[in-house]
Amino acid sequence: MSRKRTPVASYDASGHDEAPAPLVGADRTKRSTIGLEHMTYDELDRFGEELDAIRRRTLDSLGQADADYIRRVIRVQQACEVLGRIGILTPFFWPTFVAGIVLLGLSKILENMEIGHNVMHGQYDWMNDPLVDGRRYEWDNVAPAQDWKHGHNFIHHTYTNIHGKDRDIGYGLLRIDDDQPWYPNHRFNLPLAFVLMLFFEWGVMYHGLELDEYLGGKMSKKEFRDRKSRAARKARRQVVKDYLAYPAVALALVPFVGWWAPLAVLGANFAANLIRNIWTFLIIFCGHFPAEVQTFAEEDAENETRGQWYLRQLLGSANITGSRVFHVLSGNLSHQIEHHLFPDIPARRYPEVAQEIRAICERHGLQYNAGRLSKQLASVGRQLAAYSVKPDDPYKQGKSPESKALRRAKREAAAAERELEQTAA
Amino acid sequence: MGLVRSALASRAVASLTSPHSVDHYLEQLHPLLTVEAVRARVVEVRRETGAASTVVLRPNGAWRGFVPGQHVQFGIEVDGTRKVRVFSVSSSQASDDGTFSVSVKAHPDGYVSQFLHRELAPRTIVYLSQAQGEFVLPDQVPDDVVLLSGGSGITPVMSMARTLRDRGHAGRVTFLHYARSREDEMFTPELDRLADELPGARVVRVYTREPEVGATLAGRFTPDHLARLGIDPATTPTWCCGPAGLIAAVRDAYETAGASEQLHTEYFKVPSVDLTAADATGTLTFDSSSATAENSGATILEQAEAAGLSPEFGCRMGVCNTCAVKKLSGAVRHVVSGEVCADTDETIKVCVQVPVGDVSVAL
Repeated sequence: MSRKRTPVASYDASGHDEAPAPLVGADRTKRSTIGLEHMTYDELDRFGEELDAIRRRTLDSLGQADADYIRRVIRVQQACEVLGRIGILTPFFWPTFVAGIVLLGLSKILENMEIGHNVMHGQYDWMNDPLVDGRRYEWDNVAPAQDWKHGHNFIHHTYTNIHGKDRDIGYGLLRIDDDQPWYPNHRFNLPLAFVLMLFFEWGVMYHGLELDEYLGGKMSKKEFRDRKSRAARKARRQVVKDYLAYPAVALALVPFVGWWAPLAVLGANFAANLIRNIWTFLIIFCGHFPAEVQTFAEEDAENETRGQWYLRQLLGSANITGSRVFHVLSGNLSHQIEHHLFPDIPARRYPEVAQEIRAICERHGLQYNAGRLSKQLASVGRQLAAYSVKPDDPYKQGKSPESKALRRAKREAAAAERELEQTAA
Repeated sequence: MGLVRSALASRAVASLTSPHSVDHYLEQLHPLLTVEAVRARVVEVRRETGAASTVVLRPNGAWRGFVPGQHVQFGIEVDGTRKVRVFSVSSSQASDDGTFSVSVKAHPDGYVSQFLHRELAPRTIVYLSQAQGEFVLPDQVPDDVVLLSGGSGITPVMSMARTLRDRGHAGRVTFLHYARSREDEMFTPELDRLADELPGARVVRVYTREPEVGATLAGRFTPDHLARLGIDPATTPTWCCGPAGLIAAVRDAYETAGASEQLHTEYFKVPSVDLTAADATGTLTFDSSSATAENSGATILEQAEAAGLSPEFGCRMGVCNTCAVKKLSGAVRHVVSGEVCADTDETIKVCVQVPVGDVSVAL
């Protein structure tokens, strides 16, 4: 078996966060063209070294303060959760009941964003504490950690914004970029996005099944079955907890409150999940889908260097400005650029790293996309609306004869290449 | 506490705390208030002879006890990072004050053992595992036994000896210990007393570098030592813990006497690897990280760390299985047993395996 050697140095060995293995094209001598409009190859190499140095320096400086921070966040999150659950068990007194819903929603937001997402990136693996170990952590979300980590840490973070590789461009549901082919269902971009927002965690779970990969013959039947059973098990546990177990606890209230107490608890838990779904959807859509964010073609990204990989992450992400509390509630994904450059650095370090990144961007004349939540959201909304319209160019319509011919030609070329490789072997 | 504990460990509670464990929440109230996670408070740190220390621990309710000869994973937190090593329990099983102890000899480059020796303060909370290990005294201890140890390998054997002493074991107990010198020996005063406290016990110490005048035995272990003590390997169950050299010699002696089934052994230290070994060739491939390294002859764990990776590890001596990963291809040699395995897709402990030629692991 011949392994493709990768021009990008490895990230870490923890397995949950597979090292960025960049695209290796058929022609190994061809160089990637990413970033050439900004820098020469030599400058790109130095750019990569500069960023590598920042990463190394930050990782070397991790210590007690970072450990204390994540434990403090966990403590606050759990306090919110316990108080929220208690509040929800008081459906007879609406102020505490509503406060309970808000606190539980807040706790789920913190758990998914600042704790779950970041821990599962391996940001706290250096602590060697089983409670914040990226390999073992399971989050309060219906998507099982294992499949989410593959789709997110590996696929999305390695092939960020490369058409045909990054499955997070529009999540296979929406058209958010000019280079995505238009299909009739994209007419409903905005209403589909709205529904996705309400049931975002289920969307994330469905996305993690990678049904399209299976149907496209790129995934074995066994792998797909395993994914389905993991998702079913995780979803069952989540549903049992929020919609059976806690309402069952509320049965004790029935004699005092009335028959509807368990239903009130069930509804409150649904509302808390809804709060979390809406918030995470908004933050995540603002990270990659505003108009100024760039996407890339597979051919251009083949054989890219470390510097080009970094540059692609930089140009493919957008930050959201806001207060400190806002950053924490977004899991510091408001520092999407820094997160994509250094996915394994604890998120609380992104603000300090951001200053250096901004300085580097200014020096090289690079775009550093940052804006308020409202501005980025408006941009995402406009994008969704604009790309729902059928484009005139037949090559941008997925079902036009021209596009079909193009896809067939590509398929045949790939098959011919495979055949050539086989005869050579 | 038993009822509360089993209630907290029940499936009903787990379904309320899912996907997290109930410990995840309980430890916020108090770090010792956990159902599954074993933790302990340091009661006392006693300096033994030389560079050794004994740490007396009061474990929380999750601790299920130990059998003499077992070890625990012992974790301390330094600058935000939990450092875990494996140490042998050295105290008597018969003690009923709710404490137990581990004894550790500080290695010059052993971070945790040095920390224990110099800095560990009473009242510190440490992170433990349940007691583990197959090197144990059976429930029914045979009448005549031999306890044989070398260097710091004395710790698990000391736990056995103390237990036998406290239970007033009726049979004959021969405790044969090899140390470099009397200064280098752990538990010296207690060993001096042991023969008086347990009538059937005989304690023989051999100081290999600075032999005592008039000592019964001298030098490193030879089959002759057993003969001179009147021990018949074929009829005497023996527990032996120490460095690889001692164990190899003892094992040879028992095999020659046709008494291998009487011998129970445990290695105490991973032998240092010969860096000039002829098989330090080839390339080590870390498959998941797409990194490679020229085989330096060191363990795969050390080579991975040298390559900038940070694989998970625990004891670094092949005990705790924390570092187990899948070896995808190639042959590896076990640094203790010397055994070479060349199966594909087998799980290996990278802390005690060195590559022989080209090797690929899922790191």
